[in-house]
Amino acid sequence: MVNTEINIENTAAVISIKDLKKSFETNIVLNGIDIEIFKGENIAVLGRSGSGKSVLIKIISGLLKPDSGIVKVLGREVDKLTEQELQELRLKIGFSFQSSALYDSMSVKENLAFPLVRNRLNLSEKDINIAIESVLDDVGLSQTINQMPSELSGGQKKRIGIARTLIMKPEIMLYDEPTSGLDPLTCIEINNLIMEVQQQYNVSSIIITHDLTCAKTTADKVTMIIDGKFLVPGSFEEIFNEKNENTKRFYDYNFINKK
Amino acid sequence: MPQMGQDLEELVVVKGKKFFISKEVDLFFTGLYNVYKFIGHFFKEFFSLPFEFKEIINQCYQVGNKSFLLISLTGFITGIVFTKQSRPSLAEFGASSWLPSLIAIAIIRALAPLVTALIAAGKVGSIMGAELGSMKVTEQIDAMEVSGTKPFKFLVVTRITAITFMLPILVIYTGLIGMLGSYLNIHHNELTSFPAFLNSALKSISFLDISASIFKATIYGFTIGVAGCYQGYNATNGTKGVGRAANTAVVLSMFLIFVEEMVIVQFVNSIR
Repeated sequence: MVNTEINIENTAAVISIKDLKKSFETNIVLNGIDIEIFKGENIAVLGRSGSGKSVLIKIISGLLKPDSGIVKVLGREVDKLTEQELQELRLKIGFSFQSSALYDSMSVKENLAFPLVRNRLNLSEKDINIAIESVLDDVGLSQTINQMPSELSGGQKKRIGIARTLIMKPEIMLYDEPTSGLDPLTCIEINNLIMEVQQQYNVSSIIITHDLTCAKTTADKVTMIIDGKFLVPGSFEEIFNEKNENTKRFYDYNFINKK
Repeated sequence: MPQMGQDLEELVVVKGKKFFISKEVDLFFTGLYNVYKFIGHFFKEFFSLPFEFKEIINQCYQVGNKSFLLISLTGFITGIVFTKQSRPSLAEFGASSWLPSLIAIAIIRALAPLVTALIAAGKVGSIMGAELGSMKVTEQIDAMEVSGTKPFKFLVVTRITAITFMLPILVIYTGLIGMLGSYLNIHHNELTSFPAFLNSALKSISFLDISASIFKATIYGFTIGVAGCYQGYNATNGTKGVGRAANTAVVLSMFLIFVEEMVIVQFVNSIR
């Protein structure tokens, strides 16, 4: 496969979304989303279940098509790309699924090798093994290399899912509910891993989450989808100091009710 | 999935719930169109580089391994039972010596391809539907797509290719096992020697019979592969959707196999 380098200046937005709309039959999910994310910036997107958070990152990665609006990733308009161009762009995007989405018929090693073998045809088997060991070391799971996904815990699956995206050295990471279904200590480990990934790989991230601790720890900016639109992104304090009933209820549930 | 098929489906279902004829008829033709696009996508990916040789070999092994025991057993039993059932009718006319010829014609022309295809549809087609359906609803196929790989090529093209290639081999094997069962029964009852049985059986079989049988098996294999993969690759609605995909894959491929059998037999008889 041809690996087309997509150059982008640090000042340009790596993700730029203008007036994005998406509905499913009569259900309007996204109703005019605008946002720009710059190189190295990390933004957490909050919102109720079914508010369209996952739909947003699926549109960014080209898994879903928008009804209208402009979605540019690394300067390329996603829904205007040919199949080949989209495939090349996706090599720059890492997508960590809520369910981890590990290939359950393959071992951890085969899961990690899968995208590498098919997209970096010039790599030798030795190079591939080195890359796998390195990325497993980065997520702290070197010992699981020969295990099957069914033998891993929920937290380990999430880590391997992240490792599978990191092996392609992405410029953008999209996390879909990275801490959902995990115990608090594992959540802390995943949050730390997200921060390590941001520093070590210098990626820009969108973190879709319900978990305010995750949002506060991992993101530079926070926003929330309400009625298909974004709140103006700001720091965690800015967003939750606003007198907005939705953000207040989110905050109260996460921090006050847990006291 | 092909985009055009999705667009057509949206036109029929979404836009004000208006249908050209009725919901069922419209969806039937939309489904046919989607299958047509699916097959077109298969041939496009089949001839594009790089080939997934390793996975094709793996899938060939899976197809053979999963059906081998069942096919051996049913092929053998079919040979014995068909021989036992045919003997009284031939004996009535004093034509028991024609038994090997009759059995050879029946097994090579019809029973071996049909029995093998029906077993493969049940055993392999259902697994294809369930495996791909499960991968679809657990987002594994999406994960392959966003990692810049081609899940259609890796999952669908390899499976359809494997069963299309393997079914003719399995049909030949079923034919041989069925003939063995038949020989054992004939030898037991009429004390016919193996060379005599073989000589009588082969005399009635022509090249056209064998090539038509292999051709049928290739078509059946492709049908089972397309039905299983199409249902699995387009599964929705969680575990219920996976079950439906596996079930529909089997029912649809069995139905199509009988339709194809009828058409091919007509065609072969016309050139015989």
